[in-house]
Amino acid sequence: MSELTRAEVAHVAKLARLRLSDDELDLFTVQLAKILDHAADMQSLDLADVVATAHPYGLINVVRDDVVRPSLERDEVLAMAPDAEDGRFAVPRIMGEAP
Amino acid sequence: MTLPNGWEMVVGLEVHTELRTATKMFCGCANVFGAEPNTRVCPVCLGLPGSLPVLNERAVSMAMAIGLALHCTIAPSTFHRKNYFYPDMPKDFQISQYDLPINARGYLDLTDSTRVTIERAHLEEDTGKSTHLGGTGRIHGADRSLVDYNRSGVPLVEIVSGPDIRSSLQARLYAGELRAVLIATGASDGRMEEGSMRIDANVSVRRSGDPFGTRCEIKNLNSLRSLQRAIEFEAERQVALIEDGGVVRQETRHWDENAGTTSTMRVKEEAEDYRYFREPDLVDLAPSAAWQERVAEAMGPMPAQRRAAVLELLGDASGAQRDAVDVVIDLGLERFVHATAAAGGDVPVAIARVANELAATDDVSRLSVEAFVATVAMEARGQLSATQAKTVLAELLSTGGDPAAIAAAKGFEQLSADSLGGTVAGLIEANPDEWTRYRDGDDKLAQFFVGLVMRETRGQANGKAVIAELQARR
Repeated sequence: MSELTRAEVAHVAKLARLRLSDDELDLFTVQLAKILDHAADMQSLDLADVVATAHPYGLINVVRDDVVRPSLERDEVLAMAPDAEDGRFAVPRIMGEAP
Repeated sequence: MTLPNGWEMVVGLEVHTELRTATKMFCGCANVFGAEPNTRVCPVCLGLPGSLPVLNERAVSMAMAIGLALHCTIAPSTFHRKNYFYPDMPKDFQISQYDLPINARGYLDLTDSTRVTIERAHLEEDTGKSTHLGGTGRIHGADRSLVDYNRSGVPLVEIVSGPDIRSSLQARLYAGELRAVLIATGASDGRMEEGSMRIDANVSVRRSGDPFGTRCEIKNLNSLRSLQRAIEFEAERQVALIEDGGVVRQETRHWDENAGTTSTMRVKEEAEDYRYFREPDLVDLAPSAAWQERVAEAMGPMPAQRRAAVLELLGDASGAQRDAVDVVIDLGLERFVHATAAAGGDVPVAIARVANELAATDDVSRLSVEAFVATVAMEARGQLSATQAKTVLAELLSTGGDPAAIAAAKGFEQLSADSLGGTVAGLIEANPDEWTRYRDGDDKLAQFFVGLVMRETRGQANGKAVIAELQARR
C-alpha cells in the first residue's frame, strides 16, 4: 500500500479548490493510494534497456506559421461570462497578487 | 551604495520579455499592445474546453536567438502545465517549460568586465491583465476585478540569471545589457514602461564568506532605476534586520516607487506547489541543427561587438565618451557614427550629436545619414558653430532636408571662411596694440579677439575657426 496520507489528499484538494467532506477525504485517500500503487507497480519493472519516452506520439516540433487569424467577436465572448463590465470580464475582487 | 562592513548582497534576476511575434504563442490571435480589451481572444487563449494549442514557429526561433546571444546550449525541451488559480489565467494553468528548458547554461558579459551566468531562458505564455476595482471605490464602489485576456497567451521568454550579482549597480548593468541584447536579436522591443520587459529581483545578504542567506523576491520593478533603488533598499533592510537580531523571511515583496521602499506582498508559508506536469496537448520540441543555423545566420552583431566597433573609431575614449557610446548603441544609431568616420569626419562630434540631439527624439527617420555627415562636416570646418549645428540637426530631425539649405535659411551661412577672415582682418586693423602683443606671444589675447568677433557676428562665429584665422595671420 502507498503511504499517501489523508493530510496530503487534503492539501491537494485545497490546491485544486475542492471542498471535501471528511467521508470524501477518507474515500479518496484510499482510491488515490490505489492509483499510486499501480504506478509503483510499473516502476518496479526493469526498464534499463528501454529508451525514455516523453510522449506517446513519435512527433516532434509540431508548429504553425506566425500568421494572424481572426479572433472572436467580443460581444460573443463576454456573453459567455457570468458578468462583464467595460469590455472586460468581471470577477470577484482578487485578494493579493498573482503567484 | 555601501552595505556595512563585512556584508555582501547576493542578487539574481528573472527577466520576462514578450516576443515580437505577429501572433500569440499557441493561437493565431494578434500579439499587439494597447488594443481594445478582449478583442484579441479565441477559444485557445480563453482556455475554452476542447481547444488545442499549436506552437508558434517564430516564437521558437526568437527564443533560440535569445539563447544563442546569451551563449546558451539549445537543447531538446518539453512543455509543462504550471497549475494555479488566478483569474488572469483562464485555463487555471500556464503553459511553461520546467525541467527541460529550450536554452540552458549561458552567460552575459557586462560593460564593467564582469560575467553573469544564465541558468536558463525558457518559453512560456503571458497571462491576462486584471484591473482591481473597489477598496478606493473608484467605480460604483464595487469590490471586483476586471480582466482583459488580450495578453493571455502572448509568447514570453523568461531569462534566469545565476545568483552572481553583488551590487545594485551590477544588477542595473546586467539588466541594461540584457535589454540591449534582446533588442539586438529582434525578439523584443525591450519596453519596460509598456511591460514588454519585466524584472523580478531575488535579493539576499550574507557576511562575506558565509553561505547564501534567505532571499526575498522583489516585484514591480518598472525601470532600470527602480531596479537599482529597490535592490539597494532591500539589501540594507535585510542587513539592518539581521543586525537587530531578526530573521529574514522568504517572501515576495512589492517595490513602491514613490515611497522608495519594499513591503510584504505574500509570505511563502509553504513551498510553492504548482503541481507541474507535462502538457499533454503539446509534443516535444527539438529544433534541428539546420533550424538553429538559420536562426544564427539571421542574427546581427550583438551590442558588445557593436560597442567595440565604435570605441575603436575613438581610440582612447574618456568615461563620458564611453557613456555616450553606450547611448548610441542602446538606440541602435551607430550608422551615423560609422558614416561620419567613413567620410573622414569628426567622430567624437558625431558621437556627441547622436548621444544628445538624436537621442532626444523618438524618431530619426527624417534625418538621412548623408545630411548628418554633412552637418558634422560643416561644424568641423567652422561653417557652423556647435550651437548652430545643433539647430540645423533639430530642423533635420523634425522636417528633413538639406543642411546647407537650412543653414542658409537661418542666416548661418554668412560666416563662411571668407567673411570670417574679413571680420578678423577688420578687427586686427582696429586694435593694433592688442594684435602686436598677441603676435609677440601673449596667447591670452586670442580670447580678446574671439570676444570681439562674437560681438560683431552676434555669436554666430565658431570660436575654433576664429582662433585658426588668428593663428594663420600671426
